[in-house]
Amino acid sequence: MHYLANPARFVSLADRLLPWLAAATALAFLVGLPYALLFSPPDYQQGETVRIMYIHVPSAYLATMGYLGLGIASAVWLIWRHPLADLAAVALAPVGALFTGLTLVTGAVWGKPTWGTWWVWDARLTSMLVLFFLYLGYMALREAIEDPDKAGKAAAILSLVGLINLPIIKFSVDWWNTLHQPASLLRRDGPAMDPSMLTPLLIMLGAFSLYFVTVILWRIKAAVAAKRVDGLRRARAHAAQRARTAA
Amino acid sequence: MGARVFAATLGQDVRLALAQAGGTLMPLMFFLVVLALFPLGLGSDSALLTRVAPAVAWVAALLAALLALDRLFGADFEDGTLDQLVTAGAPVALVALAKTLAHWLVTALPLVVASPIAGILFQLDGDAIARLALSLALGTPALSAIGTLGAALTVMVRRGGVLVPILVLPLLVPVLIFGVGAAAGGAQAMQAFYFVGALSMGALVVGPVATAAALRLAVA
Repeated sequence: MHYLANPARFVSLADRLLPWLAAATALAFLVGLPYALLFSPPDYQQGETVRIMYIHVPSAYLATMGYLGLGIASAVWLIWRHPLADLAAVALAPVGALFTGLTLVTGAVWGKPTWGTWWVWDARLTSMLVLFFLYLGYMALREAIEDPDKAGKAAAILSLVGLINLPIIKFSVDWWNTLHQPASLLRRDGPAMDPSMLTPLLIMLGAFSLYFVTVILWRIKAAVAAKRVDGLRRARAHAAQRARTAA
Repeated sequence: MGARVFAATLGQDVRLALAQAGGTLMPLMFFLVVLALFPLGLGSDSALLTRVAPAVAWVAALLAALLALDRLFGADFEDGTLDQLVTAGAPVALVALAKTLAHWLVTALPLVVASPIAGILFQLDGDAIARLALSLALGTPALSAIGTLGAALTVMVRRGGVLVPILVLPLLVPVLIFGVGAAAGGAQAMQAFYFVGALSMGALVVGPVATAAALRLAVA
């Protein structure tokens, strides 16, 4: 970890990894998308609409993992002051929020033909909605505080409390859901998935995860570059001012 | 040292709130006005009102409690008192706990005491009124603790008023769910009461520690 504390070293490592990651992402989608959307069998109950699952489930997985990553990056930033951790948190938040949004939208699109309505206060959808609000709060706080260093630390404190709270939210929403909907529309245990659907789902999970890692590395790299540009610009402004006062 | 700072902070906040009548009365008035709006919007069907009463009272209490957070640290931050409190040498978490307790005494306790009025407005029976008041009494410490954290995180923000509810409300979802569950009664009400109490206990531990970190950041 200390090895990567030097941003230049991180950038050179990312530069070496990124082409491979991008290629692996493209390959996984090239295999996964046709497999999931064309060649996997339709569900005997839901028909073709079950294919939404191949987008919905990986999105939901990354939405949760994104917040976990945000919390871990925040802890690393607060405890060890690792410079990359804050940049990682900045990179993670909008991507995680995007996947949470995608989960909600695909959930609604899936809900319309399956449940007959766009929105059901299903336990999982409700948890995702609260997670979406947590992401929005994180980004809003970061945006509102002017000093970037303080903004990062304040947002990190918030995301850590959010991370502690996340399982409690999940538990409370499940409790609330069983209270209000004894006969849930989705079966709690769910039928064991046939390999003909499980395989494309796993491939899509891999493809989405590769995409996620690639984009995050890319965004951290961009943030390092932006910081350097900012530093150079400041240095130049200082130099110009010094020249003016000397003259 | 710690105890003296704790007592001084708590005493000052409570005295200030009592000196300006608005301090305690305004959230209470807000609570009652919001409660009165619901029958006007929903109609006077007493069965419906009785059914929604726990949820409406809890949401109104949640919003009323957040309303008072805006100035929790604002004046102390502007006049430098906050710097003194943080650098005084006492554990900052104790200062945060004092602020939380002050907010609870000044804002939340009046709501708990006034909640039977909500029960009467929504035609609840005696048991339901008692459940509502007890669930609020058990749950509001969590609102105060997490709300104090929200206020501390936004103290540096010039116009942090709207930001606090955005940060705090998603974190308070479990308190709302179990609070309403406890107030609504039924087979699982007892379970919900335990959870509300547990959440308040947890929030009173995590809240002041996180608030202390946020306060140190604000005056740094």
